[in-house]
Order: sequence, then C-alpha cells, then structure tokens
Amino acid sequence: MSAFIGLSSGETPALPGTETLMMRELQLPRRHAGVFFACLVWGLLLLPVVGRAQETDASSAPRLEAFDMPGDAGDSIGLRWPVLTTESKTAVYRVSLSKEQTGAFTPIAEFAATTHYETDISGPWWVWGAKRKDVHFFQVKSTSDFRLERDTTYFFQVTFSDGTESLKSAIVAAAPHANLLNWAKLNNFGILVAFGATLLVSIRRARVNPHIFLRRIPGLDAVEEAVGRATEMGRPVLYLTGSGDFGGSSDPSSLATIAATVILSDVAKRVATYGAELRVPHRAPIVMAVCQEMVREAYFAAGRPDTYREDTNFFISGDQFAYTAAVDGLILREKPAANFFMGYYYAESLLLAETGATTGAIQIAGTDAEHQLPFFITTCDYTLIGEELYAASAYLSREPVLVGTLRGQDIGKGILLCVMVIGTVAITLGEIFSVPWVKTLFQLFNDVK
Amino acid sequence: MLFWKRTFPLLLTLLLGITFTAQYYVPHPASESLLTEVSVWGQIISGFAILLGVGSLIRSHYVKIKRREAGWGYSGVMFLSMLIMLGAGFWSGGKTEGTSFGWLYSYVFVALQGTMFSLLAFFVASAAYRAFRARTPEATVLLVAAILVMWGRVPLGEHLISGIGSVTEWIMNVPNTAAQRGILIGVSLGGIATSIKIIFGIERSYLGKD
Repeated sequence: MSAFIGLSSGETPALPGTETLMMRELQLPRRHAGVFFACLVWGLLLLPVVGRAQETDASSAPRLEAFDMPGDAGDSIGLRWPVLTTESKTAVYRVSLSKEQTGAFTPIAEFAATTHYETDISGPWWVWGAKRKDVHFFQVKSTSDFRLERDTTYFFQVTFSDGTESLKSAIVAAAPHANLLNWAKLNNFGILVAFGATLLVSIRRARVNPHIFLRRIPGLDAVEEAVGRATEMGRPVLYLTGSGDFGGSSDPSSLATIAATVILSDVAKRVATYGAELRVPHRAPIVMAVCQEMVREAYFAAGRPDTYREDTNFFISGDQFAYTAAVDGLILREKPAANFFMGYYYAESLLLAETGATTGAIQIAGTDAEHQLPFFITTCDYTLIGEELYAASAYLSREPVLVGTLRGQDIGKGILLCVMVIGTVAITLGEIFSVPWVKTLFQLFNDVK
Repeated sequence: MLFWKRTFPLLLTLLLGITFTAQYYVPHPASESLLTEVSVWGQIISGFAILLGVGSLIRSHYVKIKRREAGWGYSGVMFLSMLIMLGAGFWSGGKTEGTSFGWLYSYVFVALQGTMFSLLAFFVASAAYRAFRARTPEATVLLVAAILVMWGRVPLGEHLISGIGSVTEWIMNVPNTAAQRGILIGVSLGGIATSIKIIFGIERSYLGKD
C-alpha cells in the first residue's frame, strides 16, 4: 500500500484489479487479506490528503492548469502549476489573460515566485484534497481593470522570469460557471442539521418528561423584586429593548432584540398585575410596533386592560446618541425605580447604565454583545450574559417545549467542549513530539470545525 | 381572523426561514439576487416604519405639552428643532454641500453627538471606580488585571517596567479571548436554537398569546 501512497502523480495509477495481482505477487497469507484491504481502503481515503508526492518541476516551462473555482457564483477561475527548481526570491511570475487563444494576452497579475501556493487556499479538504506547498495557486477574479463574465471561456498563460531567462507556459483555457451548492459549507450544514435534530429530540423528550432541572438565573429571579420595588416606591419601571432592529440575518442584533421583546412581555404582565407604571422608549419603529402589541396583550393577560396606556411604548430617535441623551434625561427626571437594559447595545451601554446607577435604581441588564458586557456587569445589579438572554423565555414561562431547547443547547455545548479538548490535545501533542499524522489529523479536524 | 393573525405569520416565517437558511449554501447568482431583492423590501418597509416612529414622537410630546407635564418645555424644544431641521432640509433641496441643512448637520448635530460620546470618558472613570473597589476576591482580580493592562498600554509603562507590554498582551490574548470565545459559543448556540424555535413556530410569544 505504501507504493500507492508514494505514487507520483506523474506515474500511471494502478488499474482496477491490480490489487489482486499485487496480493498474488506478494504471496500474502489469507489471514492477512482483511488487514490488507482495510489498509487499502484507508489508504485510498487518505490518498488525497497525504498521497501526492513532491512534484517539483525541474524541466523548462510551468505546467499550467486552469479550472473553474468550485462553490462560487461563477466569478472566478483557479490557476495552478508546479514549483520550478530555478525559483528564487528575485524571480517573478506574471499571469496573462486573453479572450482568444491566438489573441493578445493582457498581464493581470505579477508576484514573487516564492509566494502564492496551494497551501494558501482556505477551503476544506473535502473540496480541495491535499493542499501542497510545491504547487503554485492563483485565483483570477474580476477587478476594476477587467471583468470575468460567467460561462465565457478565457485563455491563460503564466510567464516565469528570473532576470536571466523567461519561460512561458502552454496556453490553457477555462470558463467560470455558477455553482448550485457551495460544498465548502457542507460542514456547517452538517453541524446545523445535527444540532437541529438534537434540539427537536430534546423538545420531544421534554414533552414526555417535563421535569427538567434549570439552574437559577438570578437576573431573571430579580424581575419580581424589581417590579415590586417600583410599585412600593410609586416610580415607573424603565425597559429598553436595545439598539437593535429586526434586520434579518445581516443584523447581529435581531435575535437579541427578539429575546428582549419576549422578556418585555413577562415584565409588562408583572407591572400590570402590580399596578405600576411602565416606560419603554424605542430606537426602532418596527420594534416599537411589535412591543406595543406585546405589552397590550400582557395587560389583557394580567386582567388589567383598563390600565394600559398607548404611550407606554414611544419612539425617541433612530440616532444612537440622540436616543441616549433622551433616555438619560428621562432617567434623571423621572427616576425610575427599576431599569431593564435588554437586547443589543453599542457604545451607549455605559452612558445609559451608569446614569441609571447614579439614581439608585435596581438595574437588570441582558445582552449578547460581548464587548458591552463588562460595562453592564460593573454598573448593574444583575446581568444576563450572552445565552442567558435567549434562555429567559423558557426560564420565565417554564413551558416544557421551551425548556427542552435549553437541554438541546447544553448537549451541543458538551459536544463542542469535547471537540475542543480533543483538538487542543492533538495539536499540542503534534507540536511537542513533531508527529506528522497528529498534525494531519488536526488539519482534518480544523477543516470540519 | 385567527388565520391572518396567527397561522399566516407562522407559515410565512417557516417559508422564509427555510428559504434564507438554504440561500446561505447556494452561491448561484439567482440566490444572491433573491437576497438583494428581499433586502430592498426590508429597506422599503423600514422607510415606511419611520412614519410610525415620527407619529409616535409627535404624539408623546404633544401630550406632554398639553398636560403641562414636568419638563414639557423640552418637548417644545424638540418641536422647534424638528421644524428648523425640516425647514432647512426642504430649503436646501435635501443637499448638504454648502447649504444651511449641511451647516446644521455638521456644526450642531455632529457636535452634539460628539459631546454625548465624549461623556463616555467620565462615565468609564466613575464606573471603573465603583467596580475596582477591591471588596471581593473577584473585584480584586479585576482591579489587578485592569492595572496591568492599563500599565502595559501606555508608553511610560513599558519604559518603567520592561516587559509589562507582553504581560498585557498575554492577558488580552489568552484569558480575555478565552472568556470572549466561551461567551460567543454560548451565544451562537443560543442564537441557532432561538432561530430554529422561531422558524418552526415553537417560540411564538412575540406574536402575543393565543
């Protein structure tokens, strides 16, 4: 099998049925046949990873290969050619392009001969196989000077120049095509499906057995205390849903804002039950509209629709600091007894929470913006850190279906923890003992992450 | 009625949720243009939503003035500022270069924003003072770490204690990054779980109760 692993790509690979012939020639005992075939299977699996031998080209011109880049929108072409033995730091490669095979070639890139290797590609092994240090790679993309058009054939040539000689490759052609799937994201899809399945199974199990232990989250336990305190003091409860909007996948604040509105529903119900006053200033009109509906529903659910005021939710400004100034003014004038800072925040987090702290209000914050967490932790009485914000809905409602998702998340975290420990041990042992296969294992592992 | 209020939004969420999850894995230009199209729809909806916001703003401040609530004068200032800005905007035809609208934006609005932002320095100082009082072991660790980081980040620190910069870098790159990544992992899993709950209609409290 080692003969296979060491096979140079320049040699002719073994034909089907050659394995049987090899066994006969080597006169392997029957009891070793299983081991032999197991080795064969593993060898074939690892062939793309470790199998390609050094292919340094001592001959004349670069042996250029052009191909459509996998998993893209049809806007780039890949070029690769083996390293030449005459390369030096002063030598350069020049890549030229033409729309016709016999037409004039336009230079599109020039770079030092000791740069641009296959190992620079960030794609995973199941798309790229083994990435080699002895093969140059260059990705041709549209620039301001020229534009690659989809499904159009282009011709390429690479010229090697070291000052004394200039070697031109053969002219090769390729056309960029749009792909339907980006196979490089297969790992991401696999993990999503596995995690989604874990969550759904956890929910199903929670329906059967609803008694799942939930650790205490002091910030959520304190909601009752905060609203009660505001009622006793006759001061309002201030609730902020953060600076986020329901902006879709490109908006990092969307989920935190949804979580904040869900908690608002519970807080509003308690406020209505106790007969306190709720103030909810907003930065985003759509969030305001959703919150108006949720607060109204909460007052109905608490049996106090008569105490609901339309101006409980109000818009201030979409501008970050205009909003901050207005809320700071509100805190200083009305002196709410309880301040809730839930959702996604930016630089205004400290300006808001510190102003609240100076008025002596009980403050509860919750955010997944990790850069703002230190500010909330130093200025608030309780802080929901990261995922605790998302867990609030399940924690407050105790609905088995929602609690089941928390169990699913914990299983996901446990698996990730194990993966990280194994990966850390693998890379550490690989570095200490310089064992190549451990490094290869880590590379496979790293691509799957 | 219940169909339009409950079932239809849930179906729409399921359909769009699955479509745009799949879109992430499809690099084809048709997939990209679908995303762009929906983003444009989002911008149009946001544009109309501003009317909602302005309506709410005018209503709440009008009520304050009408009831002569505490600080109603500020509501008057708000209306005056809004009218001046709107008037200048229409007068300048929406252009900012060399117009009264541009002047108001650059020398009033941006200056006010800068003033608010600069307040952060004082707020950081007062928050740090409260947090760094070494009353508990955790606060003491925070205090020591903060002193080391601050010391290593100023040129004088490295001049007085050689190598303090490396200590600072280690604190920022190892324990600090580890803690941040720990939080990020939890947030990411929580985010995926929340998305799945919303897409499949398991979490529906944002629609109000049944």
